[in-house]
Amino acid sequence: MGHGPAVKLGKDYASSYKTLLGIRMFIAYTIVYAIFVGINAVNPSVMETIVLGQTLAVVYGFGLIFLAFVMAIVYNHFCTAAEARMNK
Amino acid sequence: MIYTQSPLAIALFVSFVLFVLGLSFYLARRTTSSEGYYAAGGNIHWFVNGIAFAGDYLSAASFLGICGMIATAGYDGFLYSIGYLAGWMVALFLVAEPMKRLGKYTFTDALDSKFNSKGIQLAAAISTLVVSMFYLIPQMVGAGVLVQPLLGLPHYVGVIIVGIVVTLIVATAGMASTTYVQFMKGGLLLICSTILVIGILGRGLSTDPNQGDTKPYHDFQTITASVAGDGSLLLSDASYSASADWQSGHYGEAGFVKLTKEGVETIWQFKKSATGFNLEETLFVTTLADGTKLYNGASKEEGKFFPVGHIKELKIDGVEVAETGAVGPLAFLKAVKESTVVLWGKQYVKNDDGGKTLIYYQKPTTGTRILRPGLKFKVDNASGTDKFNFISLMLALFCGTAALPHILIRYYTVPSQAAARKSTLVAIASIGFFYVLTLFMGIGAMTNGVINLTDNNMSAPLVALSFGVILFSVISSIAFATVLGTVSGLIVAASGAVAHDLMSNFLGIKMTDSGMVMAGKMSAVVVGIIAIYLGIVFEGMNVSFLVGWAFAVAASANLPAILMLLFWKKTTAPGITASIMVGLVSSLGLILLSPDMWVRYGLLPQDAPVAFNSPALISVPLSFIALVVVSLMTQNSMPAPVED
Repeated sequence: MGHGPAVKLGKDYASSYKTLLGIRMFIAYTIVYAIFVGINAVNPSVMETIVLGQTLAVVYGFGLIFLAFVMAIVYNHFCTAAEARMNK
Repeated sequence: MIYTQSPLAIALFVSFVLFVLGLSFYLARRTTSSEGYYAAGGNIHWFVNGIAFAGDYLSAASFLGICGMIATAGYDGFLYSIGYLAGWMVALFLVAEPMKRLGKYTFTDALDSKFNSKGIQLAAAISTLVVSMFYLIPQMVGAGVLVQPLLGLPHYVGVIIVGIVVTLIVATAGMASTTYVQFMKGGLLLICSTILVIGILGRGLSTDPNQGDTKPYHDFQTITASVAGDGSLLLSDASYSASADWQSGHYGEAGFVKLTKEGVETIWQFKKSATGFNLEETLFVTTLADGTKLYNGASKEEGKFFPVGHIKELKIDGVEVAETGAVGPLAFLKAVKESTVVLWGKQYVKNDDGGKTLIYYQKPTTGTRILRPGLKFKVDNASGTDKFNFISLMLALFCGTAALPHILIRYYTVPSQAAARKSTLVAIASIGFFYVLTLFMGIGAMTNGVINLTDNNMSAPLVALSFGVILFSVISSIAFATVLGTVSGLIVAASGAVAHDLMSNFLGIKMTDSGMVMAGKMSAVVVGIIAIYLGIVFEGMNVSFLVGWAFAVAASANLPAILMLLFWKKTTAPGITASIMVGLVSSLGLILLSPDMWVRYGLLPQDAPVAFNSPALISVPLSFIALVVVSLMTQNSMPAPVED
């Protein structure tokens, strides 16, 4: 049984652009996540700090989830635009 | 703790299972090709696939395990939510589109797309099987946990029911039925969890979790005491008495006292106070020498082991109140932050007859402490090993998602790379929303007197039960469907690894298209039987904790190979094979030698040869190093990979 996609895919001229954008956004999110893990591991009491009426842990945790959603929308927006522009 | 079965719950559960089976048999008539069986024909709409992703991903670990862990250990459970979601960024930014571009049926297809290497086919298929098995264990454990309150059946019966139903689902229609089951389940889980959280916020917080006298809550007693000149214990409640040698023996040394009232023996924690001593009531499970278990000195059916979870001191803006009334989500968390909640610690004490007693004692904890890490994972004044464990777990959660075979194969069910990306976006939105809800469901259980300390996995369904049997029935049925759906996806992935990767590609067995489908179905049955056995063996472990191991194995064995194949041009087939095998063996080896597994073997955790439980921080770098070293060593002997 052969390999290859389950459905035939056309040539995607936006592939390089999307890959580069993905790597950059991945690095940005990873840094924010790594800082979160680092604070918890090195100085967890900082997470008790009150920010906007909540503990920093709650604000940062919700922030990471919300940031993921926002970055996903931004990424999809630029990728869709690139596909429309380059795959005419 | 015992539960009362409701005919409504049973009817809902049976209806749901029959509906799912009916759907599978209907879709089976349209599934005759291998494309249909393994990839649902590649024509699933991206939105349906995105919600199905959520269905696949929001497994028993998320709904049962995370909520249970938050209920008993606060924010530490929420760390799993954060880590699980962060892992989707790896999937979206790095893996989604290339996987769609390179693969056909299985994760192995994508890895092997440039090489056609027997080594990759074998290693990746083994990895898929191992990861799927590790992920199957907590799902089956979750199934066993659910049937006890829902149907009044023992743990092993739940595991067997799930095993049989899921094997039937997969063996009939494969990925098509699995996708639609996941879509329905994912959608229903989001809707019902939202309703539950609205209920929790509407009820608000109270120092008396009996919910307006509708749900009796055991009043845990505190007795003041002093020590007489002859060493005897003088109690403020004269109906209790302590033995003369209360300070000696295993209990006295551990800080506990046995008191007797009307012939019934109870265990109390001994604490110093400003005026003397306080004795606080505990809950305890005694394991007799013959293995019999007694819950607060009685059989489980007698119901003397009470559910727990209450606020000791409730404050709003610094003012102590008895209840908050309905609150918004942020006000809810703010009130918890300012208050003190009674959590429960546990300690084993040996008995003279050779048995042992597990004592659960009250541990009043400030809200700020609950809403930051450190109650389960030791991060305060932590040793190097503790910090290593924590970082390693967070790394596994981050890297594991994009390496889970049953998640990766879902990229083959959509028609294009753009659809793969958009379905990931839908998945992130729905999964992220659900994970926000887990914090409220977990704290809702923590403060509403519903936690079963012997098994916290049921915390979310039990907080639903505090709102009535209808919500409980619906939530439990969906939770069961959660298990059904995830197990279906895992068994499809595992059967694909056996039939497509091992039998067809690696062994070169010539099969017709229908023969290929039949091989997948037979593999599904075998995998299902193994999963049933493992689900029974691992009863009682927190399901989210178990999933952490699956993530560690996936992150170690699969992710380095996927990423390096996509982003390093010098990657060779032997490099990928070495990476998978090193990641797999090192992560598995470290887990099998870990303190938690030592407990499973019936040994003491401190005797384990490895001091940590989460292996990713060692096994993931090892896997990367193996790939780089072997690839560099085999540059000349191997043809360069073909560019896209």
